[in-house]
Amino acid sequence: MSTLKQAQKRAAKAPAARPAPSAGKPNTLMSYRPPDRGTQPDLLFPPYASTVKRAPSQALVRLPSTLSEVTGPLFGYDRIHANDYDLTAQHNGDPIGERIIVSGRVLDANGRPVPHTLVEIWQANAAGRYPHPRDQHDAPTDPNFTGCGRTLTDSEGRYRFVTIRPGEYPWRNHYNAWRPAHIHFSLFGPAFQTRLVTQMYFPGDPLLEYDPMYLSIPTERARKRLISTFDWETTIPEMALGYRFDVVLRGREETPMENDMRHLLKGL
Amino acid sequence: MSLETSASQTVGPYLHIGLTWLVTENLVAPGVDGQPITISGVVTDGDGAVVPDALVEIWQANTHGRYAHPEDTRDLPLEAAFKGFGRSPTDKDGRFRFTTVKPGRVPGPDGTLQAPHINVTIFMRGMLRHLVSRIYFPDDPANAKDPVLSSVPAARRGTLVATRTPSKPHALTWNVRLQGDGETVFFDT
Repeated sequence: MSTLKQAQKRAAKAPAARPAPSAGKPNTLMSYRPPDRGTQPDLLFPPYASTVKRAPSQALVRLPSTLSEVTGPLFGYDRIHANDYDLTAQHNGDPIGERIIVSGRVLDANGRPVPHTLVEIWQANAAGRYPHPRDQHDAPTDPNFTGCGRTLTDSEGRYRFVTIRPGEYPWRNHYNAWRPAHIHFSLFGPAFQTRLVTQMYFPGDPLLEYDPMYLSIPTERARKRLISTFDWETTIPEMALGYRFDVVLRGREETPMENDMRHLLKGL
Repeated sequence: MSLETSASQTVGPYLHIGLTWLVTENLVAPGVDGQPITISGVVTDGDGAVVPDALVEIWQANTHGRYAHPEDTRDLPLEAAFKGFGRSPTDKDGRFRFTTVKPGRVPGPDGTLQAPHINVTIFMRGMLRHLVSRIYFPDDPANAKDPVLSSVPAARRGTLVATRTPSKPHALTWNVRLQGDGETVFFDT
């Protein structure tokens, strides 16, 4: 192993010996478009009390898109086990609750599938309880349910989980505060710029209109995107209801011509 | 077809249930080039209270300045044993920690070279979108001309540069102050 000095010296020398690829062609790096206006919550959203002491007070500094931002960690099947997608099959017995299938696609903002990308989920059990030391809600834990899953999307950006419908639970944000039923989703996409952690909600949940996290999303349309839809196609007779939830990650900048070409090709 | 990007939501207080399986605090497998270093720090909020429920992720090039990603096509050594990804949840004292190597330089905008840096993503309860920041290295002469550091107001640049522990040359400290005096610079990427 080389010393820090040697490594620094070599690292500093290496790029000089080989010209950087962007030299001479400064606009070849296609960044990922920022999310559309109105789709993302502000960091400071006082109705969600924990943002008040945690949200930065200074304006964010604009970061140019460099190789550091358009690359990002990639994960393969070496880290995924057979039962990781099935949250009802990770213990000796069946978990209590209503079995559901949660499936959908991971797409980018240009409508293209995001293949082979890691999707991590976590959720409360049917009683609205997490097996976590900080969860003091007086509801039973379930020895047959941890509430943690992961999978990779396929070549078409599809993913699928088997789980149980999570319960609503109280939290201490304000008087009589209850979180709507939800499943946490963590996604990487192809680049540092496409990282996203979000939550999936259920259709018709009366708690949504009282939930500061859901309401922190500025537009109605963007809020609705986080509500899954009931899906006959993936519902399994005698076994489980299907819910469909598509996630849209940031998409690459495209020249108008690329955009037109794709529309034309789609029409064929 | 143009779609609206899905909204970000907080990881909430129970993030560990879903995210602990991929905790990666040591990025340096045997045989990886470069001197192993440690980078550790404490996350504090606007009251100076430690944040025990945050998750810090890092993404970096190897010591040769190569990212383990298909879009980095430069002719530099790629090491199968160095993926460049780290994930560390803060402990009860708000502390995260990584063992890694100092990355080499990578291209910046318009043919410039960036100073060695580590890309940082921070998640926590109370954060509706993740925070993005960077860790730069102390005493690196390239810092002075780094295009990103230069875009940050001079008075705040220091928040992006790790500090060296005098008695331990390979141990760096980089603290995250979410709000208030010495607030860390966060980026809109």
